[in-house]
Amino acid sequence: MDIFGSFTLILGFVCAVYAVGAGIAGISTRHPLLVKSARQASLAVCALVTLGTASLAYLFLVNDFSNAYVTSHSSRELPAFYKFAALWAGQEGSLLFWSFILALFVASVLISNRGKHPELMPYVVVVMAGVQTFFLILNVFIVSPFRVLAAEGAGGAMQIVAQADGRGLNPLLQYPEMVIHPPMLYLGYVGFTVPFAFALAALLGRYPGEKWIHITRRWTMITWGFLSLGILLGAHWAYAVLGWGGYWSWDPVENASLMPWLTGTAFLHSVMMQEKRGMLKVWNIWLVFATFLLCVFGTFLTRSGVVSSVHAFAQSPIGPWFVGFILLALAICIWAFLKNRDYLRSQNQLDSMLSRESSFLFNNLILLAACFAVLWGTLFPVISEAVQGTKISVGPPFFNKVNIPIALFLLFLTGVGPLLAWRKTSLDSLKRNFGWPLAAGLVAGAIAWPLGFRNFYALVCLILSVFVTGTILSEFFRGARVISSRTGRNFFSGVAQLTMRNTRRYGGYVVHLGMVLVFIGVSGAAFNQDTQMEMPPGTTMQIGPYTLVCQAFTTMPGPNFTAERATLEALRDGKQVMMLYPERRFFPASEVTSTMIAIYSTLREDLYVVYAGRSPDNNVPILHAYLNPLVKWIWLGGIVVVFGTGLCLLPNRQPPAAARESAGPQAPAAREETEVAAERNHVGSRR
Amino acid sequence: MKTQAKFIAVAGIIVITLVWLGWVGVTESKTYYYTIEELGAVQGDRAAQRMRVGGDIRAGSITRLSGRVDFVIEQEGHSLEVSYVGRDPLPDTFTDRAQALVEGQLMPDGRFVAEKVQAKCASKYEAAPGETKPGGTSGYDSKEKPGGSKSSASR
Repeated sequence: MDIFGSFTLILGFVCAVYAVGAGIAGISTRHPLLVKSARQASLAVCALVTLGTASLAYLFLVNDFSNAYVTSHSSRELPAFYKFAALWAGQEGSLLFWSFILALFVASVLISNRGKHPELMPYVVVVMAGVQTFFLILNVFIVSPFRVLAAEGAGGAMQIVAQADGRGLNPLLQYPEMVIHPPMLYLGYVGFTVPFAFALAALLGRYPGEKWIHITRRWTMITWGFLSLGILLGAHWAYAVLGWGGYWSWDPVENASLMPWLTGTAFLHSVMMQEKRGMLKVWNIWLVFATFLLCVFGTFLTRSGVVSSVHAFAQSPIGPWFVGFILLALAICIWAFLKNRDYLRSQNQLDSMLSRESSFLFNNLILLAACFAVLWGTLFPVISEAVQGTKISVGPPFFNKVNIPIALFLLFLTGVGPLLAWRKTSLDSLKRNFGWPLAAGLVAGAIAWPLGFRNFYALVCLILSVFVTGTILSEFFRGARVISSRTGRNFFSGVAQLTMRNTRRYGGYVVHLGMVLVFIGVSGAAFNQDTQMEMPPGTTMQIGPYTLVCQAFTTMPGPNFTAERATLEALRDGKQVMMLYPERRFFPASEVTSTMIAIYSTLREDLYVVYAGRSPDNNVPILHAYLNPLVKWIWLGGIVVVFGTGLCLLPNRQPPAAARESAGPQAPAAREETEVAAERNHVGSRR
Repeated sequence: MKTQAKFIAVAGIIVITLVWLGWVGVTESKTYYYTIEELGAVQGDRAAQRMRVGGDIRAGSITRLSGRVDFVIEQEGHSLEVSYVGRDPLPDTFTDRAQALVEGQLMPDGRFVAEKVQAKCASKYEAAPGETKPGGTSGYDSKEKPGGSKSSASR
């Protein structure tokens, strides 16, 4: 199976190289058969990589401990569920997994665009096959997952040697979320290859019209959704598994996933400027390029450890390859841009500060500033070493200092931007749209202040959250009222109908609402508390309104570990609310101990208890309890964001004619409808 | 044009504010990385700064005392005595020969007082040079295994 797996990957590599070569030849000679063969070769790559990945999964499932990768990341008693997760637990496997996800994306792009865009697709095939080639080089020649263990046998010949058992999967990865989180994040990272391919293809081929931007936007939306979900699952994993009481620590690996998310978010907004007003074409194309490059860079940071540890860089052979690939891709982008920059000439200029355009510009400015700050902070050790010769790292205070104000300004724009008109907004409409929400926000702030909400940023966040929620709800309310009064149905079916008529707009509002929930959740961190103490059975610990009573410590066996479990009774204001069982697990296969956290989670706060270890002096168990307000809102917000992204991707449900009819000039609330119709006409006329 | 100028002015103010915040953030939270060898040459003002040093924990050097844990880290033939005084329990990966990253300050007597210790047991999950596990002949890559070892790897 090792040989079969290696063979599929080598063949896949050959096909990918062929697809690039035949594609370029086909484009320059305009030979349809060459173009077609490039496409078929690209599909063959997808099939071969899938087979290769399946053979690695097979090796894991049959416990083939003659394979080096399987031996390092699995063991006999590892549950089958985690044997799949072990596929991407190490460098070799996760890079193969990259190729596999890319294969899925490439195949779905090629199949869904079969016979469409004959001018554009050959370029797309070439770009995607180029990216596939790079990852297959890594999979085949640099870090192959199909290396076998061998030893010198009788007569000096090499023989395959199988181990009796593997070393087991890192216990930190033996957690259900770890099975979903990496695929989601990878779907996000890898998926940006598709918008990148379309953008570069349109630029290289000088593809007429704006059709490519619609395709790019759609794919960006899909991958953005996966990336958001991946980031949140990662944060949740860190929260629920690592046991330090938080979900985000500005670790280089976390930053790596945040950067493309920031530029991707910027693109999803500024692309509207191009669709509606023909502006920012250069900017948009560079946002797509940057997002893709940051995704590759993120994979590089995650896999090479260039920042978190200098030593890992030298050990890992993939570093120079990644740097080379990023530089090559950047060079191609710059070359394509210089060659065809007249293709991206802007059609309009900024008309007013109080307009949708300017709110998008500010949105982009600060998303990019945030991205730059994160990049700067992440690479600070590398930069300072190059400039000053000393390696200096910056910690969370740096990131928080810069990013909290940015985030709050962004939250403000989330409320304001969507309600500003294109070109120019009158003061009158400002008052009408923002009066009530702003008042509601200020009232909420005035109520919260005496209740002990004294942190400045948290208070601003609360006011803005209420304000933004107000603007979003009023949008739904006004629109739905018009529809329900016209159709005679109830208000909620009005909301549903409104959303389905313009999924993009209202789905976007839902995403914004989800982000507001995330903001509320994050702002709770301003009020975190924690206590740590030695707790033999019978002792109690007080944290906030909770009392923890330690009842017992027991030892119990698990499938591939032994657990030491603390039994704690949690009381809130004297009443029992829950039993908590934080654990320490010992995994004999890897000789590693890990902790299992116990969380009592409510909308108001999380009581988070870690069995931290035993005191070195007297062997008494130490427990660490955290009280983290509002954390649950982050996860709820994440679900809403993903749901909203899904809504945005649904097709609109009403013919444009009907929407135009329903647009009455008399009622102020009908502004919504007029705008819905206007928007649709605009898009319609382009087709 | 006037609108554009206004936009640029506002954008400039935002950017300047952020740069200032960033600069303050850097000065507040910067931590110097040193190798154990470089630490010997650090003097004066720089010795009082917050710094981070990495190395492998010398086998048998971990001594647990009340209120602190002493150990020695080694890197490329140089060694450093460390006292951990933080209140968090040490990570489970903190064992003999593990890679440790200590953060804290250098005392005038040459002892390093750490408030934070990170440890990783990389060798458990990634093949490391010359590493063998009891009861097995684990060899991975011939490049990583210097001569003298019986096992080697082939693709």
